[in-house]
Amino acid sequence: MKLDCKHVWEHISEYIDGSVDAKLREDIERHLEHCEICSAILDSTRNILILTADDRTFELPVGYSERLHERLAKELENPEGDLKKK
Amino acid sequence: MQGSDKIAALRRGRLQYVMRTIETNEAGLIARIVAGEKELFHELIRPYERMVYLTLFAIVKNETEAEDGAQEAVISAYRHLASFRGDAKFSTWLVTIAINEGRKRLRKAKTAAEESIEEKEEAHEGDYSPAPLMDWREIPLEALERKELREALRVAVTELPDIYRQVFTLRDLEELNVEETAQALGINPGAVKVRLHRARMMLQKRLVTYLKTTVPARRLFFGRAL
Repeated sequence: MKLDCKHVWEHISEYIDGSVDAKLREDIERHLEHCEICSAILDSTRNILILTADDRTFELPVGYSERLHERLAKELENPEGDLKKK
Repeated sequence: MQGSDKIAALRRGRLQYVMRTIETNEAGLIARIVAGEKELFHELIRPYERMVYLTLFAIVKNETEAEDGAQEAVISAYRHLASFRGDAKFSTWLVTIAINEGRKRLRKAKTAAEESIEEKEEAHEGDYSPAPLMDWREIPLEALERKELREALRVAVTELPDIYRQVFTLRDLEELNVEETAQALGINPGAVKVRLHRARMMLQKRLVTYLKTTVPARRLFFGRAL
């Protein structure tokens, strides 16, 4: 089936996740071969996901881990801090 | 299968192997902690510190509140560890605790209405199509290294409507799968897919506009000349 751009956009997210069926995947890929607009949308969306997965993009507050483990250590030292029974 | 798909499949296979190993180790760790080796909880929680914080931040949208909430969530996970059954993954169980802590804080602070969490997709009717611009293709490597772009993405994610930001955070930052995300947020997998798609399209639209105004002209010209 020949897809139009809008149809490709609707499935672009699932296409990136690899969750479209084989037929649709093939149709999308055929469309991408000749459509620069959709190829650019696909690339840009993928780039956003790459950027999102980059730990430098969403950084944790400085000292977060140390403070968390300090707090946890206090909890573990506390005799009242025993695990609750099931 | 294309070369890049093969690499992706290999990576997925390796990731699955690593995840299985982690899960096996985790089950052993949890049993020992519950049996009394409390100190091991530090080790158990370490790989998930980032996930807990980002989950809290996706809900409360405030660094201090997110950090306090992350500490509370981790303490709560420790105290309730004996009730962890192992039928869900530990990470999913933990992220659910973090979500509940975040929601509790929202209610307490009244900084946002509880309804915003329960919002339905219908409340967000609109245009979720991407921005059809071509400037991106030729500049990705340079662009991805730019601090301003990362900052723009941070802002854009923070400003997403709550229901989209939460799904985007769990799926694309924390890399939970669709089922795990659905389970943690208490929504159905179909809603996860719809919200994720909309979140990604909204971000694509926001950032393409941003790039258009900040990409050096020379690169754009070079890109177009190709």
